[in-house]
Amino acid sequence: MNRFVGAVPATARLAVTVLLLAAMGGFLALGWGAAAVLAAYATLFVLAAFPPDPRWKLAALAVLTLEATLGLASKIGGDLLFIALVGVLVLLLRLPKVAVWLKVLLGAAVLLLGIPIAGFANTFLFELGIQIGIYSAMALGLNVVVGMAGLLDMGYAAFFAIGAYTWAIFGSSQVQHFLTTWVPLNGNFVYLFMGLAILATAATGILIGLPALRLRGDYLAIVTLGLGEVVRILANNLDHPLNLTNGPQGITGITKPPIEGFQALLAALGIPRSASTDYQLFFYLLVLVIIGFIVLVNVNLARSKFGRAWVAIREDEIAAKAMGIPMVKTKLLAFATGAAFSGAMGVLFAAQRGFVSPETFTLTASITILGMVVLGGMGSVPGVILGAAALTILNLDLLKGFSEVLNTMRQDGTVLLGFPMSQLPSQVDPAKYERLVFGIILILMMIFRPEGLIPERRGSREEEA
Amino acid sequence: MLLLLPQVLFDGLLLGFVYAMIALGYTMVYGVLELINFAHSEIFMIGSVVGIEVFRSLTGYVPNPYILLVVAVILGGLISGLTAVGVERLAYRPLRKRGTKNRLVPLITAFGVSFVLQDLVKLLEGLWHNEFFLSMKNVGELEQSVTLFGIFIQYKSFILIGVSLVMLGALTWLVGRTRLGLAIRSVAQDPSTAGLMGIDPEKIISRTFLIGGALGGVAGVLFALQYTTVSPYVGFLPGIKAFTAAVLGGIGNIPGAVVGGLVLGEIETLAGTFLPVLTGGAFGTEYKDVLAFLILILLLLFRPQGLLGQIVKEKV
Repeated sequence: MNRFVGAVPATARLAVTVLLLAAMGGFLALGWGAAAVLAAYATLFVLAAFPPDPRWKLAALAVLTLEATLGLASKIGGDLLFIALVGVLVLLLRLPKVAVWLKVLLGAAVLLLGIPIAGFANTFLFELGIQIGIYSAMALGLNVVVGMAGLLDMGYAAFFAIGAYTWAIFGSSQVQHFLTTWVPLNGNFVYLFMGLAILATAATGILIGLPALRLRGDYLAIVTLGLGEVVRILANNLDHPLNLTNGPQGITGITKPPIEGFQALLAALGIPRSASTDYQLFFYLLVLVIIGFIVLVNVNLARSKFGRAWVAIREDEIAAKAMGIPMVKTKLLAFATGAAFSGAMGVLFAAQRGFVSPETFTLTASITILGMVVLGGMGSVPGVILGAAALTILNLDLLKGFSEVLNTMRQDGTVLLGFPMSQLPSQVDPAKYERLVFGIILILMMIFRPEGLIPERRGSREEEA
Repeated sequence: MLLLLPQVLFDGLLLGFVYAMIALGYTMVYGVLELINFAHSEIFMIGSVVGIEVFRSLTGYVPNPYILLVVAVILGGLISGLTAVGVERLAYRPLRKRGTKNRLVPLITAFGVSFVLQDLVKLLEGLWHNEFFLSMKNVGELEQSVTLFGIFIQYKSFILIGVSLVMLGALTWLVGRTRLGLAIRSVAQDPSTAGLMGIDPEKIISRTFLIGGALGGVAGVLFALQYTTVSPYVGFLPGIKAFTAAVLGGIGNIPGAVVGGLVLGEIETLAGTFLPVLTGGAFGTEYKDVLAFLILILLLLFRPQGLLGQIVKEKV
């Protein structure tokens, strides 16, 4: 790649970038959404493949952020421009030779201004942002297990479910089905329950991991796969003899954390408010804080005694054992840590949606999270976040959008390549084919790029040495 | 309650044979590659779908159900076996060629293949019949039954047991008495030395996938005949349980897989019948899947080498 980049003079690269950005601005002013989106993606491509000088690249990213935000605020470009904002963040993470505070400033502008402004114009984008955040946090948790320690956990959604149900049961009137005198807890307990869920899921992780982790890694994959199924069966059937989970109907009316203080703050800052966006903004910011925390934990763990032991085990188990690393204990710690992250996010998920049902915690959910880690790059924090963003958008936005397009074509009686679309069977619904997409991603990544889109730094340094 | 026992044991036997045949596919591939070929559950699923499609589309042309059954078994075994070979060629071989040391890589690929196969079959059936759940055609003659020693037995159950026994016998002969079997055993023991003896390990691996896949496919056809409703996601649970059966018997061990399958089939059927009775309806039949999982966990805890297996030390 680098050889091609050198073939294009630096001034030409800069000129193209400037032209594209100007074109995008023009299209936005004219209200041509599709053209503006194309220009934004072209800019991102040029910045990624033929980057100008890093400082100009940063400036270009800043302009792109501004234009995309303005476009989103005036409802031009919609979901696709939102994806461009995610692209800006990714390029920002990979930007070399620029002062850190500049990068942080632009990153904060995207996260704290760009996305909320887009969210106020289109609440679906807020929801998308929150979901990306929740999935990023979970994928970062799974990254500790799969990426750092090299243990395959196929039932990650099980821990998510345990977390979600702990809060769902005690944070709603569900609790009165088996403890008649108990009252549903108030919203402040959400934070306490995140802690409780961490304990509960870590304990479950140890219980399940202990037998499997003494053996070869493959066994863990099957055991966790089984666990995922068992938790789903329990959630589905524990509505009798004692109604703990309310069975397949799920639990509704789960208490959200109180946000009076936050609302007062918004009023004082003069931010436009409504009942729904208040909560969305709150959860969005909360998720950002949690991700920040999890990234810190990830980075510090990677550099700690345990992180290095995990990598050693991943690279060569027998050699690691010979170096005196206690195998079962170290693996268990990785497995339980990952489980704990998932449990805490489960509580947040239940509180944010106000509703949980067994359907959320299927095998497909576990694969989705694994796909995020594998796509982005096992062990790489920016990679995993990119993977989470890409697959969440694919899942919630693109596949559903594709389904809607097909449905409209069915109803309008469109004829595509001589085939009347109204004849298309109703089972052919792209939104229900996530497994196909994720499966293809897993296979192709393993064959062509097992290190992921943004490989872990440590690995590349070793290869050079 | 005890009056039910012979019937329950017989039903467990049927399920056990299905598990045993799937478990053989896991165990054989594990023997030569040390890979848990998770996609094997989908090979089984493809067999069951082929079985149903044969009965659906040919009943009008072939009036004799036994001929139909033979066609279904052969086609199911063939298509499943070839799919398994194709999967090995397209997904696993490129990984071996590159020589990745990381064990996670083939395992993740196996899961990926499994999901792709599930949704491809779902897409095909969606385009063809617009159905997700597929039901077996009711074939009158095979549904007939006799009652022996108080056990209600359908003709198709005899067929399931008969075909399984024939397949298991053929496999034992193939692995134990033929040149191909000798080659498979030698590759399982040491691929590079086997290569020096003039055996092409790649060819043998491919054959192993063919044999294991064909067994899984036949198991699928028989499963569809016996339990009548399948879907593209039907392979998942029998897949996990057959794997449990393989571990129960000692993974890599062929008689072990059969024993494990039969034991698991019996335990599961017994639990499914008596759990609701014993707990006064508090815990229903659904918990039989949980039980299979508990067995796996306990097994890994106390006897990871399985009933018939030996502990294998990992080599550098």
